[in-house]
Amino acid sequence: MTLLKIDGITKSFGPVGVLHGVDFSVDAGEVVGLIGDNGAGKSTLMKIVTGIYSTDAGSITLDGRAIDGLSPGDRRQLGIEMIYQDLALARQQDVASNIFLGREPTRKILGMRFVDRAAMRREAQKMIDRLGAKLPAINRPVGSFSGGQQQSVAIARALTFDPKVVIMDEPTAALAVREVQSVLDLIRQLKAEGIGVILISHRLNDVLSVTDRIVVLRHGRTAANLVTSQTTMAEVVSAIVGGDDMAEAAAHEARG
Amino acid sequence: MTLQNAPPPAPTPGAWARLQTASTERLHIRIESFVVLILLGVIMAILSPFFLSVSNFLNILLASSTIGVLAIAATFVLSSGGLDLSLGSVLGLSGVVGAAVAVKLGAPMPIAVLATIGAGALAGMVNGLVITRAYVPAFIVTLGMLGIARGLALVISDGRVIYGLPPSMLYLGQGRPFGIPMPVIIFLATAVIMHIILAYTRYGRHTLALGDSETAARTSGINVGWHRLTLYTLSGGLAGLAGLLFATRINSGDPTAGIAYELTAITAAIIGGTNLFGGRGSILGTIIGALIMGVLQNGLNLLAVQSYYQQMAIGGVLVLAVFIDQYQVRKESRV
Repeated sequence: MTLLKIDGITKSFGPVGVLHGVDFSVDAGEVVGLIGDNGAGKSTLMKIVTGIYSTDAGSITLDGRAIDGLSPGDRRQLGIEMIYQDLALARQQDVASNIFLGREPTRKILGMRFVDRAAMRREAQKMIDRLGAKLPAINRPVGSFSGGQQQSVAIARALTFDPKVVIMDEPTAALAVREVQSVLDLIRQLKAEGIGVILISHRLNDVLSVTDRIVVLRHGRTAANLVTSQTTMAEVVSAIVGGDDMAEAAAHEARG
Repeated sequence: MTLQNAPPPAPTPGAWARLQTASTERLHIRIESFVVLILLGVIMAILSPFFLSVSNFLNILLASSTIGVLAIAATFVLSSGGLDLSLGSVLGLSGVVGAAVAVKLGAPMPIAVLATIGAGALAGMVNGLVITRAYVPAFIVTLGMLGIARGLALVISDGRVIYGLPPSMLYLGQGRPFGIPMPVIIFLATAVIMHIILAYTRYGRHTLALGDSETAARTSGINVGWHRLTLYTLSGGLAGLAGLLFATRINSGDPTAGIAYELTAITAAIIGGTNLFGGRGSILGTIIGALIMGVLQNGLNLLAVQSYYQQMAIGGVLVLAVFIDQYQVRKESRV
């Protein structure tokens, strides 16, 4: 069943055309790799999905409902979460503030609504424990954490509100080998829970090992839509670079 | 699903460190600034026999009330990653507008009060609109408003002080219910309300997050443009309130009132622990900052130290406060 469906998305920044009629979809419980060279339009496409950018043409539906006109906040409410490459954390705020940013639970005192810090802390701790992440303290500013720990906070933020679609932009780029494995395990877990996952990554080995399907963007167009179990590294690389110099590129990729 | 992150060795925090954490978490202040205020008070009490008295404390509070209200405005804007350089000029403009409405138009007191605060809020809203809709940097917009508001105050008043406010208005600046000056009551009430808003409401939390990382705020679904617009309007409204306190205290709308007050207000906020670049700030901290400056000025006055030295002392305290703050931040952060 198609969860998120993108049809004919076109986007320009001034005179620069970035996306030229891109189609894309994710089913529930499906992991789709979104890959392509730098500047192919991957991040732009995903920021259109989360509502950070508007589209020039095309449509986006979630569960059959058009979401084009909705704000980023509304789309999060509907279950679209993104883990950004730069993590988009508020570094001077603590773990709970980051996880609940924009969705703070409140309680009423004398008719006024106040942020329920105790509930936030409790739920944040629960989520961190569920992820098995080890943080020095939940009440410290996240800017004092290591890269991997900050990544944990960003992931916890995306998963706390039962998302339907999780978009991960280069989640493993800045991580140590062992941490990469846990992120890949996490993606498999999300899939098992019926969540649609979109994985943007340059690490093709990761993409080939964890995805069901791979969509390749080239110059703002869909260059290939491959079933992971029926494709090869060579075919993927060929789609990325566009056929020419394929053997050389594949050899380069194989060398890592 | 396990995200393995090697936990760093957890040092057992000492008593001082625990106190620091507790004050930051519970009261949203840096304990150091509070200690400095107390130390300063003790020193002044030792040096001057006149310092320790209720009437002198009320004097300090009264002298700090106008700047204090401006500093509250500065705290909100600074902690959101913004800047409002027009605070002093808007104070002056609001006072003139209020005096003109009350004296020249003969409007009743509530109307004149609303006009004073409204003029400030309007100027702030203009700042906010130009910053969020025309994308001109806040520094430039509010620097422009610094000139525009001051000029407008001079135009409206024809460059002359507007005297003779009605008694009902004067009560706000000169009344003393239960022996406590009205400006002190208004200042402290404003401080309590604004502290609660900044520290305990979603609006306040979003303000800090916005100053911390605009990207984080935007991707979290916070309407960044609208939020900034409300912040600058709030800042202008508070400058209008400060203008009301100033005008009713001196019984006139003075177009030159509040020149360079924005710098003093920003100083108070920063001594109190507000991050100049956003992401951290608390009204309680700012009040402590304003009181540190107030106690310093009052004490040096009592000791009959020439006022030139007071300016030097406050300048020194500002740099010292930021030094201590940076030292702390560098110790605990990887920024």
